Amino acid sequence: MSDRTGSKACRAGSSGIRRGEAVAGWVFTAPVVIILGVFLLIPVVMALWVSFSDWGGRGSPLSGRVNFVGFDNYTDLLFESGLGARDFGTAIKNNFWYVVLVVPLQTALSLFLAVLVNNAVLKGRGFFRTAFYFPSVTSSVAITVLWLFLFTGSGVINQILAWFGVHGPNWFNDPTGVGHALLANLGIEQGPEFLTSHGFLNVSWWDWLSGPSMAMTALILMAVFTTSGTMMLLFLAGLQNVGHDVHEAAMIDGATAWQRFWKVTLPLLRPTLFTVITLGLIGCWQVFDQIYTGTAGDPAKTTLTPAYLSYSRAFRQQEWGQGAAMAFILFFIIVIFTAFQRWLLRERTPKQPKEKRKPAAEGAR
Amino acid sequence: MTTAAATSRRRDLIGARLWRQVALYALLVFLAVIYIYPFLVQVATSFKTESEAASNAISLIPKTFTTEAYRRLFLVSDFPLWFRNSVIVTLFVTAGRVFFDSLAGYALARLHYRGRNVVFALLIAVMSVPGVVLLIPRFLVIRQLQIYNSFAGLIIPLLVDAAGVFIMKNYFESIPVSVEEQARIDGAGAFRTFWSIVLPMARPALITIIILSFQGSWNELSHFIVASQDPELITLTKGVAQLASGQLGQGTQYPLKLAAALIMTIPVAILFFIFQRQIMSVTEGAVKE
Repeated sequence: MSDRTGSKACRAGSSGIRRGEAVAGWVFTAPVVIILGVFLLIPVVMALWVSFSDWGGRGSPLSGRVNFVGFDNYTDLLFESGLGARDFGTAIKNNFWYVVLVVPLQTALSLFLAVLVNNAVLKGRGFFRTAFYFPSVTSSVAITVLWLFLFTGSGVINQILAWFGVHGPNWFNDPTGVGHALLANLGIEQGPEFLTSHGFLNVSWWDWLSGPSMAMTALILMAVFTTSGTMMLLFLAGLQNVGHDVHEAAMIDGATAWQRFWKVTLPLLRPTLFTVITLGLIGCWQVFDQIYTGTAGDPAKTTLTPAYLSYSRAFRQQEWGQGAAMAFILFFIIVIFTAFQRWLLRERTPKQPKEKRKPAAEGAR
Repeated sequence: MTTAAATSRRRDLIGARLWRQVALYALLVFLAVIYIYPFLVQVATSFKTESEAASNAISLIPKTFTTEAYRRLFLVSDFPLWFRNSVIVTLFVTAGRVFFDSLAGYALARLHYRGRNVVFALLIAVMSVPGVVLLIPRFLVIRQLQIYNSFAGLIIPLLVDAAGVFIMKNYFESIPVSVEEQARIDGAGAFRTFWSIVLPMARPALITIIILSFQGSWNELSHFIVASQDPELITLTKGVAQLASGQLGQGTQYPLKLAAALIMTIPVAILFFIFQRQIMSVTEGAVKE
């Protein structure tokens, strides 16, 4: 939480004080190292083995009766056309639309909220900040329960929509894709042949165009609702570093509020913006709690996500190899985004020496 | 003449600014209502009858006020058991993280020993592993160690977290070394120095760890799903999630479900309001979790 990160912080002292430090150092870090090693590193290695095996859930996966099957579990998911592969493709498609919609929406909304709340003369600043942040502290399970109620057929949301003459869908039971619904409005009910006969990951291009289902849309709104508060705080911290003098200078130069936002504030917020977007990207690929609590992948598999599918393949259908393979493909996707974030931030670090509080994740570097 | 024009211009400016202020507040209040209203509906619905919850969802005042949902929750369901389990797990996890994270954070910040860089690298590697990927792996190890279906299986894997170690490490580094040098010269051991001199100075960081651990373990779901299937060990998140997905009952039961979700939100909400100021300034470090 301070500026002085890095391993250079402790200077060498006299050797008398150093005595016993080696022992103390290991003893102090032992609990953390052991627990993280046993419950994080070893499990990952074990699961990696399972993803290359035909283990069926009986006995130990390390026993002699379990066979090595190479990349079979992976190729089954990515290149074959069985049910497993089709479900996985569908889950990736669902999650893809979730990411594509949640990340820009949560970023834009949280930036908007931060700019509103950051107003220096605003009275009740604390109140508004609290109101916007509160959904972020509640558990995903509690929020999902609430969401299921708000979005029932005759629920709160549809009653409000009815005030404006809109007949709302039966959200969590409606598998209609938003994309397909829009195309149907344009008179395109059936996909053209070149879209239906080709595809990616066992899902035809036409089905990729379906967009998120109504059920998934409700979950997308929920993600925006619950994450915008956290992201807003990140932006607020960023805005405080921008400083007033820059704004005053721009104001004296005759820039309007709109110009000041686009030409001054936003460029200075770039590091925060990158952090928010990549955190969003990483988080959005991990949708699990909401699906477990709310929809279990229904209706018509339109809320199936890779994380949930990996769980149910392994724990419910006992196809551990395939479940583990899915988890590692997901891991791979997320690692790419994490690496991308690291790369972006590393390049920018020397340019922002003034940043006061660094996020812990960044201090770790 | 010129002064009069200037005054009227200024008046226009003030008028415009006033309008902008009104518009800003109107917008903020509108947004705040969107953010708060769902929770008010939740409170109201938990006191409604089941038929009214369905027919009159939007109203904030129940026509027939009833505490039936709460009565059933506490008297004829396993809810009290779930609550107790959550309290046990959360207390142990929070205590464990406060102690082990600060211990390791201190060692990484201050003690010189061979292998410190290895530990550091391990922590960074661990932080980049997304939680969802750990579902199957954790289950495998927990079963292998034969702590499946036990409190040990629920608690021990959560007992430390890499992000917390970094928060403590960074804080310890901001404390001047001179503070503890005197104690070390006087012959105090590393643990003594850490425990009675440095740790009390790290109160803000400790509060941060408490908040993050409490919230994290109270709201944790996926780990509890894979670590046990014993009905006696169900925690609030898992219990309410199963209640919501209809695994345990029939009918919509919205007042009951919303009451359960509400009660499980209360401890975190209390923590939030007590440490509000602190939370607002630490969350930026917490997002990674």
